[in-house]
Amino acid sequence: MLNVEKLSYRHGGRATGDRLILDAIDLHVNAGEIVCLVGPNGAGKSTLLKCINLIQPSQQAAMTLDGRALVQMSRRDLARAIAYVPQQSGTAMALRVIDMIALGRAPHRRWNSAAQDRRLVLAAIERLDLQALALRSYDELSGGERQRILLARALVQQGRLLLLDEPTSDLDLHHQLQAMTAAREIADAQGSGVLIAIHDLALASRFADRLVMLKQGRVVAQGHWREILTPANIEAVYGVSALIGSDHDIPYVIPMSHP
Amino acid sequence: MNTPSTARGALLHTLQRRRWRNWLALLAGLLLLVAAMSLSAALGVQKLSMATSLRGLFAPLLPQAWLSDIPRWQIELLQQLRLPRIVMAVVAGAGLALAGVAMQGITRNPLVSPYTVGISPAAAFGASLAILSGAAGAWSAPYLTVAAAFVSAVLCATLVLAFSALRGVSSTMLVLGGVGLTYLFSALTASVQFVATEQQLSAIVQWTFGSLNGSTWNEVAIAGGVLLLGAPLLQWHAWALNAFAAGGDDIAASLGFAVGRVRAVVTIVAVMITAAVVSFTGVIGFVGLVAPHIARLLIGGDHRWLLPFSAIVGALLVLLSDMTGRLLFAPVIIPVGIVVAYVGVPLFLHLLLSSRHKAAL
Repeated sequence: MLNVEKLSYRHGGRATGDRLILDAIDLHVNAGEIVCLVGPNGAGKSTLLKCINLIQPSQQAAMTLDGRALVQMSRRDLARAIAYVPQQSGTAMALRVIDMIALGRAPHRRWNSAAQDRRLVLAAIERLDLQALALRSYDELSGGERQRILLARALVQQGRLLLLDEPTSDLDLHHQLQAMTAAREIADAQGSGVLIAIHDLALASRFADRLVMLKQGRVVAQGHWREILTPANIEAVYGVSALIGSDHDIPYVIPMSHP
Repeated sequence: MNTPSTARGALLHTLQRRRWRNWLALLAGLLLLVAAMSLSAALGVQKLSMATSLRGLFAPLLPQAWLSDIPRWQIELLQQLRLPRIVMAVVAGAGLALAGVAMQGITRNPLVSPYTVGISPAAAFGASLAILSGAAGAWSAPYLTVAAAFVSAVLCATLVLAFSALRGVSSTMLVLGGVGLTYLFSALTASVQFVATEQQLSAIVQWTFGSLNGSTWNEVAIAGGVLLLGAPLLQWHAWALNAFAAGGDDIAASLGFAVGRVRAVVTIVAVMITAAVVSFTGVIGFVGLVAPHIARLLIGGDHRWLLPFSAIVGALLVLLSDMTGRLLFAPVIIPVGIVVAYVGVPLFLHLLLSSRHKAAL
């Protein structure tokens, strides 16, 4: 479904000079598959998501979604096909939660779609237990509550592809599970592809079909966690020696020391 | 424990009620505005009855027979003096408030207003340059001043637009650039004042106070026409403004909006409305900043409601301020630009303080 070939992104800055953030990335996400991007801070995970969504202009990339070239799609068609949850968002200028979630319907809006849009928004609110927050102002909510609302917005956007940028970083265990389960359900029920940038290796391994390890804009390793969560890879990517074990076929990775 | 369906029913019910409340608030605001307009038309050195002023307000819509008992001079007082001034107050207040909401939304910055991005100071510079150029006294002087103010405002706006179109310019940089332009145009105006004669200086200072004195139907038609063209365009972009407010350019783009086009259209409309108003009235800086905030505190941040509601709040603010300025030390008229701060700031601070636990801003 999503196919990315030779995606490079160069960040130009007068002070620092050109810096290669993404270096010829090849990546694919199949329908119904959850792929987790892992890697250290600054590895290019967020930039990769933005480049796929064409928010960030990239160089020399061939990107297709279900065979269609992304660059040839209109902004509106892109928004119907790809839902994006940013890492964090600041003020929403006193928008209420329900208005924030309803924005996910913006690319689908037609003159007669109000009833269906409302139904989808309410369903997403129920799915993520947001009823109590629905009429509150987004600005007064905690980081974790905001993350769930942005996820709800992505759910009602009904994209073929979901791009989630650290959707669980501010969440407690209960809501981490809820968010990842929601992603899993979308992948299973709608056959959407889900690409998640995430730091928590255990949570990633618990839900992902595949992990992609990034370092300095390059794919270092990809595959099932059993293949790539090795002490050698962890040391190469994060620069720490780690204890890796597993229980119930879920890995745990405990950083031990700087080698 | 609620089952999902009854919980959804409750939420639907609450949403329905909120919708009704918003419509009611809008209607109440409009009624209040009409009441304030007729009160303003009735009060003055010559007092008229409310019945007379209300009928005078809607005179073009009423059959002649309904107006036959009103003395000729009262009709003329209303139609030639008070009504143009009142309608101009409404147009100016609504226009500046709309421009403020649009600019705050598109830059996602609550500190932005037509004043802070330099448009009003630029208009003041243009006007003062025209006054200095010495055409004062000629028949064309008022038009020249208006035209110079307008051109200067649009020039400034073009600078702001060109600046914001540069790649990598964030909304914070846009605001800071606007602050820079504000200082530049203030310095230019001060320079003009420095070399002006006493008479010219007085005219320039008068202009920068912001006043509705001598508003004519022609002026109302031009400023009102721009407003009537611009307001629906802004309303059309209400969803896009929500998207910009929700997360800036990236999020608006990821939700399917053509960011560059929306930003250009909204900014140009806001600038044209501001320029059209300010060229005639002078600097009424505060309304564009504060009316959107008052409206946001009262009705929330959804631009579908916020735009019309801000327009009503802005219109009320300018109208009531002008009324106060006319009546307080009558027959001396205090310029509306001064009064609006005295009326608006306490109201604004009150709403701000009473909302501090709700974090509505």
